[in-house]
Amino acid sequence: MSDAKLRIAGLGKTFHGDRGDVVALDGVDLSIGENEFVSLVGTSGCGKSTLLLIVAGLESPDRGTVTMDGKPVLAPGRDRGVVFQSFTLLPWLTALGNVEFALSAAGMRAAEARRTAEEHLALVGLSDFAKAYPSELSGGMKQRVAIARALSYRPKMLLMDEPFGALDALTRHHMQELLARIWEQHRLTVLFVTHDVEEAVYMSDRVAVMSNRPGRIKANIAIDLPRPRTYEMMGTAAFTALQRRVLSEIRAESIVIAGLGDALR
Amino acid sequence: MPGETRDRPAPPARRLFTLTARVSTRQFVGIAAMVFLALGLLWWVTTKTGLVIPLFLPSPEMVLARLNGLAADGLLLSDTKISIYRITVGFLISTVFALPIGVLIGSYRAWEASIEPLVDFIRYMPVVAFVPLTILWAGTGDAQKFLIIFIGTFFQQVLLVMDNVKSVPRDFINLGRTLELSEPRILRRIILPSAMPAIWDSMRISLGWAWTWLVVAELVAATSGLGYRITTAQRFFQTDTIFGYLLLLGVLGLTTDQAMKWMSRKLFRYLYLQR
Repeated sequence: MSDAKLRIAGLGKTFHGDRGDVVALDGVDLSIGENEFVSLVGTSGCGKSTLLLIVAGLESPDRGTVTMDGKPVLAPGRDRGVVFQSFTLLPWLTALGNVEFALSAAGMRAAEARRTAEEHLALVGLSDFAKAYPSELSGGMKQRVAIARALSYRPKMLLMDEPFGALDALTRHHMQELLARIWEQHRLTVLFVTHDVEEAVYMSDRVAVMSNRPGRIKANIAIDLPRPRTYEMMGTAAFTALQRRVLSEIRAESIVIAGLGDALR
Repeated sequence: MPGETRDRPAPPARRLFTLTARVSTRQFVGIAAMVFLALGLLWWVTTKTGLVIPLFLPSPEMVLARLNGLAADGLLLSDTKISIYRITVGFLISTVFALPIGVLIGSYRAWEASIEPLVDFIRYMPVVAFVPLTILWAGTGDAQKFLIIFIGTFFQQVLLVMDNVKSVPRDFINLGRTLELSEPRILRRIILPSAMPAIWDSMRISLGWAWTWLVVAELVAATSGLGYRITTAQRFFQTDTIFGYLLLLGVLGLTTDQAMKWMSRKLFRYLYLQR
C-alpha cells in the first residue's frame, strides 16, 4: 500500500512499573489507506488502546514511527479526531455547546460554529437534544454527541477507542448501524479499537488482529462483504466465516495467556 | 421489569433506616428539626430538675434572657457584625491565594513537588501557636485576625483544591490536547470549570474551619467580636453568655453552610438534572 494515509512502522512501547518493565508494543507495523475503515482487535491488555493513543499523539512511542500523509506524528492534532470510550462530554456544556467547544477551539467564528454544530447533531439524530446537558442524555446519546464533535472539525482521520464498549447490547447495535451509515455516506479514514469481533467484522474493510505481550499485528483479515452493510448480513455464511477467522486468531492468543493450552487442546 | 418498581406502594416508615433508603426533603428537614428539638428539650429538662448547678449549665430561659439583654444593648449586633467582617476578609484573602496555587500544583507535578511538601509541613504547625507571633507581627487589630484565619485556612485550602483539580478526568485533558488547545486554555476552559463544583464544596468546608480560627484569634487578643465577648463572660462567670454566643456561632455556621449549598445548586445546575 503505497498510498497509505497512516503508516505505523516498527513501533514499540515499554512501560516501566514497580514490578518490572512491560513491553506493551514491539515491532508494530500497520498501514491504513485513504478512507479505509480498519478495526484493531485483540484480547484486553494487548496494547491496542496504547497503539491508538500513540497514533493520537497522546502517548509517545519508544521505538518506531507513525506518519500521516508522509509527515511524522509527534503530538496530538485536529487532523485526528478522537472518540474516547468514556464519552468525555464536558458536563457544564449542552450537547450543542460541546460540539461548539471543539469548533471554537478550531478557530471557527461563533455563528458558523453554531450552524456547523447543529448540522452535526442532526447527522447523529440529536437535533431535539441540542439544549440538553450530558447528565440528561443516555450513554448512547452521549457517544453520538462525541462522534458529532469529532466529525465536526473535519479531521483527516477518526480514532475510536472502544467507543461502544460502555453501552448495552441493543444501544451498541444501533450505534454500529449509525456509524456504518455515516461512514458509507461521508467516507473517512478510521482506526477503530474494539474487542467485539462481530462489531469489527460488521464495520470494517479490514480487521487487524493484535498478539499479546508484546503487542504486534499478527494478522490482517480483509472483510470483503459488500456495502452498505446491513444487519441481515450477520446471519450469512460469509459473515460468520470471517468472524470465525478473526476469533480463531484471537483465541490462539488468549489460550496462551490463560495458560489453558493443555486443558483446551 | 423496570416498570414494576414505580407501581409499588410507598415503603413503610421503618424502611427509613435501611441502607440506600430514599428520604424526601420534607422527611429530611423533619428529622433534623426533631433532633434539634429533642436536644433542646433534654437541656431544658436537665436544668429544671435542679441536679445541675446553673453556673455549669444555665437553663435555656437564662441564656435567652441574656441574649435579649445583649441584643438590647446593641452588643450582640456589633459583635456579630465585626466578626462577620473579619471572617469575610480573612477567608477571601486566603481563598484568593489558595485557588491559583492549588490549581497550579494539582495540574503540574513539578509545581506539586516544589510546593506541596512545604504546605504539608506548615499545615501541621498548630495555628494556636502562631497567635503570639501574629500579635508581635500585626498587633491586636483586625490585621492579626485576618492573619490567623489565613494561617488556619490557606494551607488546608491549597491541598483541598489540589485534590479537586487532580480528580479532573485525564480524558478531559486529552480532549483538549486533541483539539490543540494551549496549556493555559486547557487550564482555563477545561480543568477549572471541571473542578469548580468540587472546589466550591472545599470552600464551603474550609469556611467552617475559618470560624474556629476567627474565634481563637478573638479569644486571645481583641476588644470586640464574638470571641472577645466569650472571654469577658468567662472572667465574670457568665456561662449563660458563653452558651448564647456558642449557639449563635452554630446558627451562623449552619446558615452560611446552607447558603453555600443552595448557591452550588444554582451555579452548577447541570449537576442536578435528571434523565
